[in-house]
Amino acid sequence: MKITLFITCFNDTLFPETGKAVVYLLERLGHTVEFPLEQTCCGQMHYNTGYQEEAIPLVQRFIKVFGDAEVIVAPSASCVAMIHEFYPKIARLTGDSQLISQVESIKNRVFELSQLLVYKLKVEDVGAWYPHRVTYHPTCHSLRMLKIGDAPLRLLRNVRGIDLVELPQSEECCGFGGTFSIKNADTSIAMLQDKIHHINETGATVCSAADNSCLMHIGGGLSRQERETRPVHLAEILASTEETATSGL
Amino acid sequence: MNTPTFEQTAKQYIENDQLRRNIGFATKTIREKRKTVVEEMPDWEELREAGQQIKDRVVKNLDSYLLQLEESVQRAGGHVHWARDGEEANQIIIDLVKDKGVSEVVKVKSITTDEIKLNDALQQAGIDALETDLAELIVQLANDEPSHILVPAIHKNRTEIKELFSSAIGLPDLSDSPEELTNAARLYLRKKFLNAKVGISGGNFAVAETGTISVVESEGNGRMCITMPEMLISVLGIEKVIPTWQDLEVFMQLLPRSSTAERMNPYTNFWTGVSENDGPKEFHLILLDNGRTRVLSDPGGRDTLHCIRCSACLNVCPVYERTGGHAYHSVYPGPIGAILTPQLRGPEDKSAASLPYASSLCGACYEVCPVKINIPEILVHLRGKVVSHQKETGGWRAKIQPEHAGMYMMARAFQSRSRYEGAQKLARGGMKLFERDGMVSKLPGYLSGWTSARDLKPIPNESFRDWWRTRQ
Repeated sequence: MKITLFITCFNDTLFPETGKAVVYLLERLGHTVEFPLEQTCCGQMHYNTGYQEEAIPLVQRFIKVFGDAEVIVAPSASCVAMIHEFYPKIARLTGDSQLISQVESIKNRVFELSQLLVYKLKVEDVGAWYPHRVTYHPTCHSLRMLKIGDAPLRLLRNVRGIDLVELPQSEECCGFGGTFSIKNADTSIAMLQDKIHHINETGATVCSAADNSCLMHIGGGLSRQERETRPVHLAEILASTEETATSGL
Repeated sequence: MNTPTFEQTAKQYIENDQLRRNIGFATKTIREKRKTVVEEMPDWEELREAGQQIKDRVVKNLDSYLLQLEESVQRAGGHVHWARDGEEANQIIIDLVKDKGVSEVVKVKSITTDEIKLNDALQQAGIDALETDLAELIVQLANDEPSHILVPAIHKNRTEIKELFSSAIGLPDLSDSPEELTNAARLYLRKKFLNAKVGISGGNFAVAETGTISVVESEGNGRMCITMPEMLISVLGIEKVIPTWQDLEVFMQLLPRSSTAERMNPYTNFWTGVSENDGPKEFHLILLDNGRTRVLSDPGGRDTLHCIRCSACLNVCPVYERTGGHAYHSVYPGPIGAILTPQLRGPEDKSAASLPYASSLCGACYEVCPVKINIPEILVHLRGKVVSHQKETGGWRAKIQPEHAGMYMMARAFQSRSRYEGAQKLARGGMKLFERDGMVSKLPGYLSGWTSARDLKPIPNESFRDWWRTRQ
């Protein structure tokens, strides 16, 4: 299948390894990956912070760049949720009936990575190998907005060599929340401390998630506290095999 | 307006270990109990849907339901008063109490009367208002503010309550056993109930069809307040009306399970006007606007008026759990407060304008809301209104404010591939200036909030698109 990658600005700039992992993984499963270079940002940061007018041209741009793609995948549940939940609202804000129908048509073709694999491509064993103790944090937008359910866990359970340990209070927010982490830093940090406490309880050396934004937050706290546990995106675990250690481990 | 913003005082509450322990323990207990009693309901989702639809119908036809309610209450022998704001409502109540010639009234817990600061207004008019709900009494005796919609003294533990009772009602020999503390309050209140001539309540529901008002409570103090005095005054926000008696079937299932995690509410009071040989001789219903029509006028925010004040959203909110209710500087704390307060108070109130940002948008509140208010969506909508208001009224100062300037520049960068790629390089170079030993641990200005407790990995030299190009 031809799959068009929406890398997201965040992963493009800060986490290129996650993007590479998606490419390796999908190619290994026999798919062709396309990457339109004109893509930029979904507009979530602007929209969620209250800069809603500023998000309009980014929705229009997304439609222009991805309008013809059959299947679009993004390694970020949060950005995909933005497209599913808020693009229709932004389109209605413009009153542009063409944009409204374009958004309606595209949103069902945009998938978060684990969603694509489990629900669209119907694969749960991607042939990965990852001999580490891993705990999984279900990010809020993957869980409660996009409702990807246990798709990531089904994929992880099929990874060979993995020691998957359950995270206590896993469904509680890590405190990231985009600009919340800066505007309300004190509250955000208090939430993060509890999340890190629970991660430490698992004894995992790797904490994984479907969003690098939350992982950057968790990882930033782990690093400051000089913990051994490292944040690794789900895609990087799934891409890892005995032959290629793409995660750099 | 000198009320602090959320972020200004959050830290002092977060750092109060006792407070955090009290709230953490209490919310966790209610949260888990709620989950159990909700999961055992096979038709919970249908009930939520019904609750949402009834409330939607109410809000869309509020004008006619309110007139119907007025007529029904009058027909049953009650009086109806309309109050544009808190001041008008308080004046109506003061006049009624003074007419009765008394200087003390008993009250059943009501956030609406807290919203309009009724107790202060009564006191200034020489009238003592006694709170009879145990937790409200604790808050009142401590000269404190409620910190939770349903459990106003959630921030206090029993040792603190024992000490308060010892000093405030002169009972030095109390232990901190809940039974003994409750009994002390009971004896103290009993005398007051027997002498009260006027009772004041809020109300959970007002049935347009019949004129029936309902107060649900757990202690029986409400029953006393509502039935024993000669005159009963009830203050209800105009959104509390529901169309028919039968609609109560839905809410009486949704409310107790969501609020106190009870299968059935302990004291469920209904009354319709006055009856000749039973209850108060005089009943006054005050219908309060106080900003509610402002909420109603905004399609993006009006679902807020669906709220039945169960407080399930507070108990699951990770922000509320860390800061407690006082950080919201409003009688409506937590997620529902973060959307209700700014709408009730309007865009000029800076403290209220900080509340839509007091959320990580985790969505836990929406998941538990018994009437399916999409709180995260309304939070985002209200953030949009805050930003628009700043743009319209803030002048050049608003434009050079770091967040605004940053958002503007990024919005421009994201609209063109070349500007976006240029911005990536610029960010990479900029961040290098702050890199020490392969990590960024200190950033200036706006971004310093991040690095106060979190490191940042430097931006890699090669972006994903750089790598993709080399691959082609």
